[in-house]
Amino acid sequence: MKTEIIKVENLEAAFDGKRILKGVSFTAYQNEITVILGTSGCGKTTLMKHLIGLYKVDLGRVYILGQRTDTMDEDEFEQFQLNMGVLFQNGALLNSLTVADNISIALEQHVKIPVDMIRDLVRVKLKLVGLSHAIDYLPDQLSGGMLKRAALARAIAMDPVLLFCDEPSAGLDPVTLKGLDQLFLQLKEQLGISIVLVTHEVSSIKRLADRIIYLEKGHVLFQGSLQDALDSNIPEIKNFFNNGN
Amino acid sequence: MLSKNREPELFTIDGDCIQFNSNLTLKTIDGSHQTIKRILKNLTSEKVTLDLSQVVKMDSAGVVLIDEIRRNLSENQIAAELSGASPHIKQVLKTFSLPRAEIEEIERTGLFERLGRGAYHLKNETITDYLYIMADLAYWTFLGIFNRKSQRKGEFVNQSINIGVNALPLVGLISFLIGLVLALQSAAQLRQFGANIFIVDLVVIAMTAEMGPLLTAIMIAGRSGSAIASELASMKVAEELDALQTMALNPLRYLVVPKMLASIFTMPFLTLLADILGILGGMVVAYFYLDISPVSFYYRMADSLMFKDIITGIIKSLVFAGLIVQTSTFFGLSVRGGAVGVGKYTTKAVVISIFLVILSDSIMGLIFY
Ligand SMILES: Nc1ncnc2c1ncn2[C@@H]1O[C@H](COP(=O)(O)OP(=O)(O)OP(=O)(O)O)[C@@H](O)[C@H]1O
Ligand SMILES: [Mg+2]
Repeated sequence: MKTEIIKVENLEAAFDGKRILKGVSFTAYQNEITVILGTSGCGKTTLMKHLIGLYKVDLGRVYILGQRTDTMDEDEFEQFQLNMGVLFQNGALLNSLTVADNISIALEQHVKIPVDMIRDLVRVKLKLVGLSHAIDYLPDQLSGGMLKRAALARAIAMDPVLLFCDEPSAGLDPVTLKGLDQLFLQLKEQLGISIVLVTHEVSSIKRLADRIIYLEKGHVLFQGSLQDALDSNIPEIKNFFNNGN
Repeated sequence: MLSKNREPELFTIDGDCIQFNSNLTLKTIDGSHQTIKRILKNLTSEKVTLDLSQVVKMDSAGVVLIDEIRRNLSENQIAAELSGASPHIKQVLKTFSLPRAEIEEIERTGLFERLGRGAYHLKNETITDYLYIMADLAYWTFLGIFNRKSQRKGEFVNQSINIGVNALPLVGLISFLIGLVLALQSAAQLRQFGANIFIVDLVVIAMTAEMGPLLTAIMIAGRSGSAIASELASMKVAEELDALQTMALNPLRYLVVPKMLASIFTMPFLTLLADILGILGGMVVAYFYLDISPVSFYYRMADSLMFKDIITGIIKSLVFAGLIVQTSTFFGLSVRGGAVGVGKYTTKAVVISIFLVILSDSIMGLIFY
């Protein structure tokens, strides 16, 4: 029996009166990589931002790790947020801080541990993503791929149980991308982190996905295992996987 | 060659048929827009054929032209029909034609409507947002005095150096010059009445009660207000603020509160410095133009310098510090429109900060009078 890690029920979202999410419901399970798919502009980022609390949920219910998050008050959610790491599309590292400082911000603020231990934790995370040599670099000294990995190191700084990534593949060459995917698998298999991934990269999806959620114009068109998605007869999904080859 | 090989007319009108005679490309249709519009106005028939049989080449400009003609005709209740288009032209038409809905969406709003909307928007959203941020910031700043956790380590000191110490030369120099000029302009007048010694009162009171705090605030608005606004705006654009939030860090507490505390802490000192150097400027003029020795200047100053004026100046400077940081934060956080927006909102932050500083100065002037 799989444990539910995210459960969304009838989530609605609108900007300036325009409905973007129209009753989205889906489930994601523990220790799986759940991939959110869909054509550009269908609302994937919007959905993710509702889950991580950057947008307020007006209508619908969101359960994460078995707790209802959309009704939590700010302080409660702030505490809860520490269970989740987020990798932003463009990294979103703080540009004025070094890689090490970027990774240690959350640790410094939320955990009471001595400075040299924080430094060690930073080293551990950087070693995991293969960036040990860049510990004191500023973000603008990193290449696109390094930036992603540094941002990933920051996202897992607090050892979250759940990791959200918005298009980590954007702008990466196939080899670098494969390396990043390897990291995701490692996080899942060795650390037991559950991952929610927004990506368009068919090769990545085939390597990583345990479960697929397909969004189309604010609706969930399909949810199920990777195999079910590959075998699906839904034209949009067939189209998506075939054009990727 | 005497006769140029003339291009054929772009189109000829033959009864209900508009015949296009050449290629319809950006180059060929250049400038014909007005002519066509004029002719279309005079058409009276119920149905018009647009004959494209002579057209070999067409680009996006040609398609837009045809679309425009068709739209114009249909507005006048005239049916339009395309004829003679080659498969290639049909393909081009299909590729570049805008769907009806998209054309209608780009409806222009008139100047007054835009102004009205702007004012309405300003009233309803901007001001409430501003007040919200003000309340939040006041709350977190107050807490921040006692609880340094949730601010970056050493950030208060850093910011104090940035906002305060580094501004010392600028504020000092400008105040000295203003004091100098102020005295210089008055000197000639005062000499006429033999009221030389009153130069001291004039400079001292003007600097401590009014010019010192105001000048300092305007310089800090230009220097640190713009820095705060652009830093926050570019962080917002790069999703850095979102990232902070997902790490359960409140951007206001983490980034802005140290700046607020540093400004409130350093502004009074900067203001005092401005007072002193302004008076010094006056003293120089008094010595060289009005033969008032520094010693007599000093004794006169002891009489004219009022504790109340100094305190008034300090209170003003505290209010200005709050206003500048608050306004810059507000505009930094409201940024829209990517990198261009950063510049735009930074400018707004400085202009509005200075405006609010002067406005509040007038109000406080009335109160403390
Ligand atoms: N802050 C916002 N204000 C207004 N509209 C928005 C905002 N954010 C997103 N939208 C709109 O919501 C829709 C969905 O956007 P979203 O970013 O979720 O798409 P997406 O699925 O992530 O697309 P992509 O794959 O291109 O990243 C788009 O039409 C977009 O214009
Ligand atoms: Mg997106």
